[in-house]
Amino acid sequence: MLITQLKSKDTIEALAKGKVFIINCHGCKEVYFPEKEADELQKELKAKADVTEITTRDYICNPENLRLQLKKFEDKVEQADTILVFSCGVGVQTVAAYLEDKRVYACCDTCPLPGFQGVTPLEFDCGQCGECYLNYTGGICPITACSKSLVNGQCGGAKNGKCEVDKNMDCGWERIYRKLEKLGRLDTLKYPTQVRDYSRPFKEEK
Amino acid sequence: MKLSELFQRGEFVVTAEVGPPKGFHIEHLLHEVETYLKGRVHAINVTDNQSSVMRLGSLAMCKALKDIGMEAIYQITCRDRNRIALQSDLLSAALFGIENILCLTGDHTTLGDNPQAKPVFDLDSVSLLQLVGKLEAGTDMAGNPLDGEPPSFCKGAVVSPCSDSVDVQLAKMEAKVKAGAQYFQTQAVYEPEKFIKFMEKAKQFGVPVQLGIVIPKNAGMAKYMNDNVAGIHVPPEMIEELKRDKEKTKAGITGVEISARIIRECKDYCQGVHIMALGWESKIPDILKLAGLEK
Repeated sequence: MLITQLKSKDTIEALAKGKVFIINCHGCKEVYFPEKEADELQKELKAKADVTEITTRDYICNPENLRLQLKKFEDKVEQADTILVFSCGVGVQTVAAYLEDKRVYACCDTCPLPGFQGVTPLEFDCGQCGECYLNYTGGICPITACSKSLVNGQCGGAKNGKCEVDKNMDCGWERIYRKLEKLGRLDTLKYPTQVRDYSRPFKEEK
Repeated sequence: MKLSELFQRGEFVVTAEVGPPKGFHIEHLLHEVETYLKGRVHAINVTDNQSSVMRLGSLAMCKALKDIGMEAIYQITCRDRNRIALQSDLLSAALFGIENILCLTGDHTTLGDNPQAKPVFDLDSVSLLQLVGKLEAGTDMAGNPLDGEPPSFCKGAVVSPCSDSVDVQLAKMEAKVKAGAQYFQTQAVYEPEKFIKFMEKAKQFGVPVQLGIVIPKNAGMAKYMNDNVAGIHVPPEMIEELKRDKEKTKAGITGVEISARIIRECKDYCQGVHIMALGWESKIPDILKLAGLEK
């Protein structure tokens, strides 16, 4: 079971640059999604930003399903500068990989609840860390793509683009860097030093 | 003395590195240090369970070096301790008069001799550097005030100039500088031209860099590093050089010559050298002599 929580309004508003295409995912029964709060926030966002579409889909974590569901929005997606995704971390990563040339941003943090974890495809993994980093990292999760779950860049252990732990595994930070390079967004890496908060998600937001 | 004072004075800073034993008997190590390093290097790094192999602690070994009058550089990794333990150990280092530290993320636990261990990585090299800055400003990481005068360290970090993804490394280097790194030691360099190219880009950060040297002991070691050690590439002609005269290589002369040659070719482009002898501490005096760095 997962819970997705909205990121703060300020954070989401700051992400909504240019033409904005919004995807909600109401797929899994195993994921609690804050439908009402997301709806209110998106209405407000519509008044402030150039939102071209708000679409609510299901199971966007399935790449083939995602492709089919976005088909009728082809033009709007093509024209969009920013894709905002309101889903669990797996959904955001699937969209970011499918629309690899777009700025795809996570609007939710994903937290775990004990018990059944839901059915997710093997290709992407969400660490349910409760403080989604995908917006800093080009939609590639540093928690699950890096063996050390580093959040401030590549360690010294990568060789030929592979991880020191497993020569068959791509270095997560190499992937993140190349993705941001391709997007022309290497400036994103100049974010302030990140420190993980392990008291999440057990802490009440102030 | 802080290394930063030496860099500021324009000294070409020479450091060596020792790995504590797997046990607590340090007489042999101290003897090597007294015999080959004292009076020849400015300071000695002490590794922190290097390659994730469990050994005597870096902090205790640093204290032992201070006790015989050597300047120690306390290597501190994020692999084995969470932020509470790291902060506590940094305060312990201050108590022992240790003024130089080197902040690392650390190798993954699975590479070492206790691969079942839990990898911690609560912090990483960048957030550790930032944390030290907070302690120096008088609070712990969460902002709680320290009692009395805060500690003060010269904060070092590492970078891989010959990495196959040097641009990714430079991005990390920039993050480390922003987080407070005052000097860098590099991964072993065997290709001076790559290092010089790297320095052209790295000098924008305005932070001193020490060239990293690992003495090549033989062709087998060179090939092993090429296959297994990140950020290291020994070019084929150097491997041939190590093969050419087996007796000379066995006596360590080829390794000394190669190391000194790399230092000579790079020293105008950097601010110091860091020699990782891996047990060949006895060769360091010859390397420094051949490189023209004898004190």
